[in-house]
Parts: sequence; C-alpha cells; structure tokens
Amino acid sequence: MADLRVNIAGVEWSNPVTTASGTFGFGREYAEYFDLSNLGAVCLKALSAKPRLGNRSPRIAEVNDGILNSVGLQNPGAQHFIDNELEWLRQFDTKIIANLCGSTVEDYVEVAEILGDKVDMFELNISCPNVKEGGMAFGTDPKMIEDITSRVKAASKVPLIVKLSPNVTDITEMAKAAEAGGADAVSLINTLLGMKIDIKTRKPVLYNNMGGLSGPAVMPVAVRMVYQVRRAVKLPIIGMGGIATGEDAIEFLLAGADAVAVGTAGIVDPYAWIKVRSGINDYLDRNGYNSVKDIVGKVDING
Amino acid sequence: MLCKLAFKSELRQGLYNFIIDCPEMAKAAKPGQFVHVLCGGSAYLRRPISICDAVNDRFVRFIFEVRGKGTAELAKAQPEQLLDVLGPLGNGFEVPEELSGEAVLIGGGIGIFPLLMLAKKLPQKPLVMLGFRDKQSAVMIREFSNAAKEVFVASDDGSIGHKGFVTDMLKSKIASGAKIDKIYTCGPVPMMKIVADTAKENNIECMVSMEERMGCGVGACVTCTCTMTDGSRRRVCKDGPVFNGAEVDFDG
Repeated sequence: MADLRVNIAGVEWSNPVTTASGTFGFGREYAEYFDLSNLGAVCLKALSAKPRLGNRSPRIAEVNDGILNSVGLQNPGAQHFIDNELEWLRQFDTKIIANLCGSTVEDYVEVAEILGDKVDMFELNISCPNVKEGGMAFGTDPKMIEDITSRVKAASKVPLIVKLSPNVTDITEMAKAAEAGGADAVSLINTLLGMKIDIKTRKPVLYNNMGGLSGPAVMPVAVRMVYQVRRAVKLPIIGMGGIATGEDAIEFLLAGADAVAVGTAGIVDPYAWIKVRSGINDYLDRNGYNSVKDIVGKVDING
Repeated sequence: MLCKLAFKSELRQGLYNFIIDCPEMAKAAKPGQFVHVLCGGSAYLRRPISICDAVNDRFVRFIFEVRGKGTAELAKAQPEQLLDVLGPLGNGFEVPEELSGEAVLIGGGIGIFPLLMLAKKLPQKPLVMLGFRDKQSAVMIREFSNAAKEVFVASDDGSIGHKGFVTDMLKSKIASGAKIDKIYTCGPVPMMKIVADTAKENNIECMVSMEERMGCGVGACVTCTCTMTDGSRRRVCKDGPVFNGAEVDFDG
C-alpha cells in the first residue's frame, strides 16, 4: 500500500481523490453506496448566497463518450447548506470543499463570508458555462480572474482554489492570473461549452440550447491543460476532466496534478470514485512507488 | 449491481419484456419505482425504466420500447447475460391501506407498465383505463384484466376500444357519479395534465409519474428536474418520479 496522502495548499488529504462539483450533491446520495471517508476530499455542489432555481429541463444530453449539462447551478443557498447538511457531512473523515458561485463579485464574497471557516477549502467557480451572468464570464478574462480572486481571497478564512474554464485560448494566462490574485490552488478543467441537436425534431436537446461537455470525451484536452498549467504556475493543481479509472487519474498526476477529481464517471457508476482511488494505489504498488507524490509531474516529454 | 437476465420476450415489434434475477431488488421494489440500466455499446448514460412488477421476491420485470441507441443496445441482451442495474430507485406510488372509493389507474402508451404492479398491490382491485395509439400498439390488456375490477381501453384511431382520449373515460366515469378516492397516472405529459386537472376539479387525490432526461438516477447530479406549482424545481429521480399531481406545473 503506497502512501496516498497529499497536501493541497496546507490541507492534508488522506488520498488524492475528490469529487467534481455538481456531480456529488452534498454527499448524501452516494453515502448510501460507500463511506465518504474513503475520499481525500468531497467537493460539493455550487453554493450561492441566495437559493438558485437553475435552468429548465432537459438539462442533460448524452453525446459520444460523455454528456452535456445545463443545470445552471441550482442550489438551496449557503445558509441552508450550513443549517441542513454540514453537521451530517462532518461525521466523515474527509475534507470538505465548498464551491462558490454568484452573479457578481459581491455575491461570491457574500458566500465566502457566510461559510466562514465552516468548511476546509473553497473552490471559486468562475467557469460555469450555464449561467448568463457570473460564471464563465469571470473566468475567461485574466484581469477579471485576478480581480475576483483577490477580492474573494481577502474574504476567505480557508484556502482558496480557483476553478479554471477550458473555454479560452491560453489556459496558462488564466492560471497565472489566479496566482497573481492570491489563489492557493487551481482546479481544472470545468466543462467545455457544447451543443447537441436532435435531428428528428431539429431542436437542441437541452432546453438551454448549449451546455457543458464532460466525460471521457474531454480527457485529452484536460490532460493537456494540466500539463501546460503545471509549467506556468507553482500552485497545487487539482486535475479533472473525464477520469473514470485509476489509469486515467495517473495520466493527470504525471501531467502535473497533485490531486484529481472524478465527476461524470460517478453519474454512470456510483463506485467510480472508489475505483479510481484503488486504481491509483494499484499503479503505485505495481511500479514500485512509495508515495503518490513521487509521480506528480513525472511525464517524460519527448525531445 | 450485476443481475442475470432470466427471461426476455418481445411483446410487439420493438417492445421488450425483461425479467431479471435479483432477489434484493425484488424484495425492496415498490410500484412506481424504477431501475437504472447500463445498456452497453456506445450508450454512455444509464437508462431509467419503470418497474412493471416484482415476482416471488426474486425477479424484477421491466418493459421498454426501443427509442434510441441505448434501448436498441439493451434489446440485444440475451438470457443468462449479466446486466448492470441500479435499483429500485425513486419514490413510487403511495399505496394506501384502505380506499374509501374506487382507485382509478390511467396509463397512456408505454406509461401503462408501472401501473400493473400498483394494480396488484392496492387493497382492492382498481378501475384501469389504458390509452393506445391503435390496436397494434395495445398490449397487456389481459394481464391488467386479472388485476383490475374493470379495464377500459381507448385508442386514437378507434381500432380498439373507445375512439379518443383515455381521459374522456375518466371524465365520463366521474360524470356517472362513481365515487373515486384516488387516481394514479403514468403516460405522456399532455395526458397526465388533463388527468391531474380533472382530479383537481373534482377534489380527487391524484399521483402522477413524471419522466425526464436523467443522469445519475440517485439525486446527486440534479439534472432531471420538473417544475412545481410553487415555482421550485424537484428531482424526478429522487423526489419523484411519482408526485402529487396538484403540485406539478406541467407547463413549467
């Protein structure tokens, strides 16, 4: 058994596997399938200062090797989470990451203030493609990323992870902006903006017309971006995008991720998170590594 | 969970009847719940299919129509093959211990199937109203007859039963003065909307089984929502699929 512990911005995780925000609710549903203490951290569904209704259905469309979603950040609000979910979650030996969303910078700051130090880490969601205001609008402009990161960081009592959007020309500029704004870590990638058309009705499958692409289809893009960001910033990286197996996760670690998140795979297989964690350990044991840290960034680049 | 496909038949072209061997699910299953099936091939997501019946605390029966690549792939499964199935999932129909009048079950098209188990579980045999496109698409009438006090059939073209909407039969039953305690419905949204509206106008409790494009099936991804009359959005897979008809905004 290899040492799976990782340290992300000063927070010790028992292993490098967490959940991708929005695929895991607040943990209750999957706690019926496995003990959440098996995860290094749980990253929860996005929280806003006030409840959000989300978009109309259909909100999900199947595509080749993946899905599009247009949930639109439906959530009961940060205070409701504190009152109804937090104490239950604390029974598990895992770190809790709250994903913060909003329509304005002030909204994000307000969520950070409401949550205070009640969770272990924050993830700043400036990359959701499914809302008109906020979300991705903040995450595709380096100046805005630096500004919102520094404003939320100033209001944060716990380490701040900035979640990056892949819907940009140069992801490294966005990562550098997050670093300049005072981010403690970055996570990537959020979903890629996509579209699916039903050729029988000639209408988009999603009511919102467009949505975020996730699943195995996006993984090579995500691995490439993690590799580029690793070379651009010193921050810890949480890599995600299409991970379904331990082997997939190893690719991200080799590319430079310090930890990984599993999301869409869990929508198909409730045990995906556990399988990824075991698969990472199996690879390390098989190849004679003592610690997961030994393979981070160890991709052997050609030339 | 992996379950063996114990029996497979084609009820009519493109409509498959599967029985899987899974005692745990069979014991737990309630009418109106569903199974979430990994279809194989290139279908990435699972497919939610309502439970038609649970037999002998061992077998779960479900019926599906080939509509797309997932169901087409699932239709290729052969007996003895193992299927990856989650379930039973969701909140099913509320089965009362006693009824103060008739229970009316109204199904349209492939929405009729979850009503069979419900008909068998109710404390008294219900009135069953089934709507089909035409005679060719009409199935399971005999099985419903065994579980029902009476079965009424309607078809769009009149090739079997009453020509017109299945909801016409509900309205005439109410007009005839029948004392109806509860209405349960599953089928196309326009049909269920008429059923729910009719129930509301006559102060009859009505349970509707909703359908929506679904992800995880367990409530976590929050993609399969339907809009409620209070403006909120609830998860079809976890809060439903069965809801109080008066609380659903069918146009939302």
